[in-house]
Amino acid sequence: MSTLPLSQDQLRAQFGPHLNLAPPGGWLADPTPDKVVETHCCFCGQQCGIKLKVKDNKVIGFDPWEEFPFNQGKLCPKGVKRYLQGNHPDRLTKAMKRTENGFEPMDWNEAMARTTAEIQRIQQQHGKDAFALLSGVSLTNEKSYLAGKFARLGLQTRNLDYNGRLCMVSAGAGNKKAFGVDRAANSWADIELAEVIWVTGSNVAECSPITTDYIWRARDRGALLIVVDPRITPLARTADLVLPLKPGTDSALTNGILHLLHKWKLIDWDFVSAHTQGFEEALEAVKDCTPEWTSQMTGLPVEAIEKAARIWGEAKTSFLLHARGIEHQSKGVENVLGCINMVLATGRIGRPGCGYATITGQGNGQGGREHGHKCDQLPGNRDISNPEHRKYICSVWGCTDEELPGVGQSAQEIMNAIHAGEIKGLMLLCFNPLVSLPDSQFTREALSKLEFFVCLDFFLSESAQHADIVFPSALHEEDEGTTTSAEGRVIKINKAVDCPGDARPDWQIMVELAKRLGRGRFFDHFTSPEAIFNELRVASKGGTADYAGISYEKIVKNMGIFWPCPTEDHPGTPRLFEGGKFFHPDGKAKFIPTPWRPPMEVVDDDYPIWLTTGRVVFHYLSGTQTRRIGFLVEQCPHPYLEIHPRLAEKYGLVEGDAVEITSRRGTMVLPAKVVKTIRPDTVFIPYHWAGALSANRLTARHLDPVSKIPEFKVSAVRLKKTTKDQFSPELADLQRMAFEARSTQSQMPEQVF
Amino acid sequence: MVPQDYGFFIDPQRCIGCRSCVGACAECGTHRGRSMIHLDEMDRFDSPQTVPTVCMHCEDPICAQVCPSDAIKRSEDGVVHAAQKPRCIGCQNCELSCPFGVPLVFSGLEQMLKCDLCYDRTSVGHKPMCATVCPSQALLFVRKDEVTNLRHNKPLRDFLIGSVRVKTKNAIMVPDPETPLHLDAALLIDGGL
Repeated sequence: MSTLPLSQDQLRAQFGPHLNLAPPGGWLADPTPDKVVETHCCFCGQQCGIKLKVKDNKVIGFDPWEEFPFNQGKLCPKGVKRYLQGNHPDRLTKAMKRTENGFEPMDWNEAMARTTAEIQRIQQQHGKDAFALLSGVSLTNEKSYLAGKFARLGLQTRNLDYNGRLCMVSAGAGNKKAFGVDRAANSWADIELAEVIWVTGSNVAECSPITTDYIWRARDRGALLIVVDPRITPLARTADLVLPLKPGTDSALTNGILHLLHKWKLIDWDFVSAHTQGFEEALEAVKDCTPEWTSQMTGLPVEAIEKAARIWGEAKTSFLLHARGIEHQSKGVENVLGCINMVLATGRIGRPGCGYATITGQGNGQGGREHGHKCDQLPGNRDISNPEHRKYICSVWGCTDEELPGVGQSAQEIMNAIHAGEIKGLMLLCFNPLVSLPDSQFTREALSKLEFFVCLDFFLSESAQHADIVFPSALHEEDEGTTTSAEGRVIKINKAVDCPGDARPDWQIMVELAKRLGRGRFFDHFTSPEAIFNELRVASKGGTADYAGISYEKIVKNMGIFWPCPTEDHPGTPRLFEGGKFFHPDGKAKFIPTPWRPPMEVVDDDYPIWLTTGRVVFHYLSGTQTRRIGFLVEQCPHPYLEIHPRLAEKYGLVEGDAVEITSRRGTMVLPAKVVKTIRPDTVFIPYHWAGALSANRLTARHLDPVSKIPEFKVSAVRLKKTTKDQFSPELADLQRMAFEARSTQSQMPEQVF
Repeated sequence: MVPQDYGFFIDPQRCIGCRSCVGACAECGTHRGRSMIHLDEMDRFDSPQTVPTVCMHCEDPICAQVCPSDAIKRSEDGVVHAAQKPRCIGCQNCELSCPFGVPLVFSGLEQMLKCDLCYDRTSVGHKPMCATVCPSQALLFVRKDEVTNLRHNKPLRDFLIGSVRVKTKNAIMVPDPETPLHLDAALLIDGGL
C-alpha cells in the first residue's frame, strides 16, 4: 500500500518545495560563462528560444536569444528564472526507496532489480495490463515516442496514457474530426496579418504571454480583438469586444454566431461548397440558436452577440485562437468544433492572415500528442485500432501484431481503475496527478492502493511522495532532443550540463528497465536521443504527423521545421490547408453539428456558484518546478478566490477575508480577491498548488466522451465566510516563504556593487 | 554611447503585469540580484491594469539638481546614471524629489541605485534587458523613427508635473482616447458594450 511514509510536514521539510533565490555561488559569483547554449524554455507550449549561460557544469543565468524567430528574445518570468531549477537543494540525485522512516537512498542496481521484480510479480499475478504507465508532455518527442514503445513492447501493457489528456486532447480530437489532422493550422506569423482576432477560453497574457505581442502587432495594423472568457484578463482589458460568458456555454455562443452568419448572409459559399462537407447539417443544428436564445444560455446581452457576429462575419481575414477554457469541459470537443464551424463558414483558413489554432499548454503538448504515448495512438498520429497502421508500426518495431497491445484506458480512467483495484502497479514519468487530476482526494486514495508504484522525476512531487521507488531523472538542460511548439515547429533542445549524482535521462532509465524485463531486442539500439529520433522519423513516415524529412541538423540550421515534412528536401509546412486542401481522404473539411447540451454539473440551490480554474503567469501546471523558484513564489505565493464585489457583498466578504469553498468533492479555505473583472455568478481559483491548497479538491471527474478530458473549467460550489484561523498551515508557510524571499533581496550585501 | 537615434518607449496599455522585466533586470551584470524596475498594479479591484516604471532619463534631472554631493551624472548620450558610490551619501533627496518615483536608496548599502538604461548593454549595441524580454513589448527599445510605423499610439516626452515641466529621453506611449475600457464584467453582462 503506497501510503505516505512520513507526514506531509516531514516530507516537505526534507524534499521541499524549498526556494532557490540565487544563481550557483550566489549573486556575488562571477557571471562570466564558460559557454552559452542555445536551447528552449522548459515550460509552456510556446517553447521560446533562450540561451543558457553555463559555468563549471552549472547553469548560472540566461541571455535572450534574439535571433530565434518565434520569440525574438522575449520571455515570460518563468523563462527568465527557469535557470534557478538547476543546482536546486531539492533536486533528487540518488535512487530512493520508501521505508517506514521515510525515503532512503539506495543503490541504482538494487532499485532496478526491485522495480523489475515487482513489475513481473504484478503482471504474473494479475495480467500484463495490471501495470500502467502515465507520462507527461513536458517530455521531448524522443521520450514520448520511447514511452509509447516502452509501455507496449517493454511493459507489454495497453494501459498507457499521458497528461496531455489534461491539456488539449479536446482540440486534437476536434481538429482530427474537422480537418483530418491535429495541428495548429498556421504558424503564428499569420496572426499578425489578420483583420480580426477571436480569442476564446484563453488567458493569453498569463498562459502564453509571447502571443500577446503577435496580437498587438495585428492590432497596430488595425485588427479588432474579441475576447470570450468569464474573466476580463489582462489582454481582454483593452479588447474591442469582451464577451464574459457563463462557464460551460461556449458552444451555445458559437452556435449563435453561426446562426447569425447564415441569417445575415455572411457565409463564404464558394469555399463551403468547394472545400467542405456537412454544412447543411451544421446549419440545421443552429436553426433555433437565435440571439435571444444565445443570450439566455450564455448570459451575454443580445447586442454583444450581434456585434461579435458582425465583426467576425464581415472581416476579410481572421485568426481564431482557443485554449483550455473551452477544451477543459465535458463537451470540450464540441466547443472546439463550434469554433471550427465559424472558421470554415467564413472560409478564412489556409491563406495568409487567415488561420486557426489551439494554444498548446504544455511544453511539448503538440509533439507529445503525435508519437504514441496516448492510449489510442501510434507514432505519426496513427490509430492503434487501424489494422494498416498497426501493420506499419509492427514492421518498424520488428514485432508481431499479437505483441502490440490494443487501445488502453485514458489517464483519468487509469486512476479510476487503480482506485477500483483493477490496476495494481504504476510507473509515473514527469506527471503529478495528485495536483493535476480532478477530485484530488480520490486520486490520493487511488495512489494509496497501489501494490507497487515507481516514479521517475527530478524533484519529489506530491505524487512521487507515494512511490515505492524513485529514480532521479534529468532536467531539461541535462539532455538533448526535440519538441514541437504550439505552432507545429519542431525545435531542438540542447544539452547544457551533465546530470548531478546518480540522476540519468529518463530515456536511459526506460531502456535499462526494458532490457531487465527481457525486452532488450526492441530497445538495444537506442544509444542516444538522436538514435530514438531517427526511428521516430521512420515510424511517423506516411502518418499525418510526418517527421521523416526532419533531421537534427536541419532543425538547427533552420531554427525549427514545421511538420509535415515527408522528405529530406522538403522545407516543412508552416501553413496547412493552402488551396482549401484538408487531410481527409476526399480533401474536404467536415462541418460537425454541435447541438447544445449543458455541462455535466450545473449550479443549483445547494451549490449556486460556478467555479472555474486556471493558471497565473508565475507558475506552470502542478507547480513542481515553479513552486521552487524564489522569484516566482514571491510574486504569487498561494492560491486565492477571485470574486466579483456584488457576490462578495452577498457573503459579507472583503479583500483578504477567509472564504470556505465547498463542492460535491471537497472543501478548501482561501483568501478572497475581490475584483470587478469576473462574472458575479462565477469564482476563479488558480490550480498550481497541492494538498489543502489544491483547486482540484473541488473539481469533478466528469469526462468529455470523445477526448476523455476532465471538466476542470466548470464546477458548482457554495461559499461561506469563515475566519482566518481556518486558513491551512500550508498557506501561512507560503506567505512566510514569500516574505523571506523579499527580505533576502533587500538585505543583500554591499560588496555586490 | 547609447545611439541617439534609438529610444525607449513605455506602453502601459500593453503591459500584462507578468514582471518579466523585474525578473530580468535583476540578472544584469551591474546590479545583480536587485531590480531597478517598479511594476505597480493600479487598482486590482477595478482592473488588471499594471504599469512598469523605469527611469525616464530627464533632460534636466531633478534628482541630480537636488543631490548635495553631485553624485548623479547625466552622460552626453542623455542617460542619467545611478549615484556614484564614492560621492553618494545616501541622503534620499533624489528618492524624494523624482517626479516618477524611480531612484531607491537601498538600506545597508547607503547608495542610490536606479535604472541606467542597461548602459552595459545599450552602449555596445544591445537593447536594455527589460525591453528585450518584455513579452507584450510594453517596453520597447527601437529607432525613434520606427515607432510611428510600429504603433498607432503616440510617444510623450514632455510632462507637466504640478507646475514643473519635465522633458525626458524615454517616452510614454499615450493610449488612444477612444480605447474602450470594459472593466466591470457585471456591467458588460447587464448590457453595456
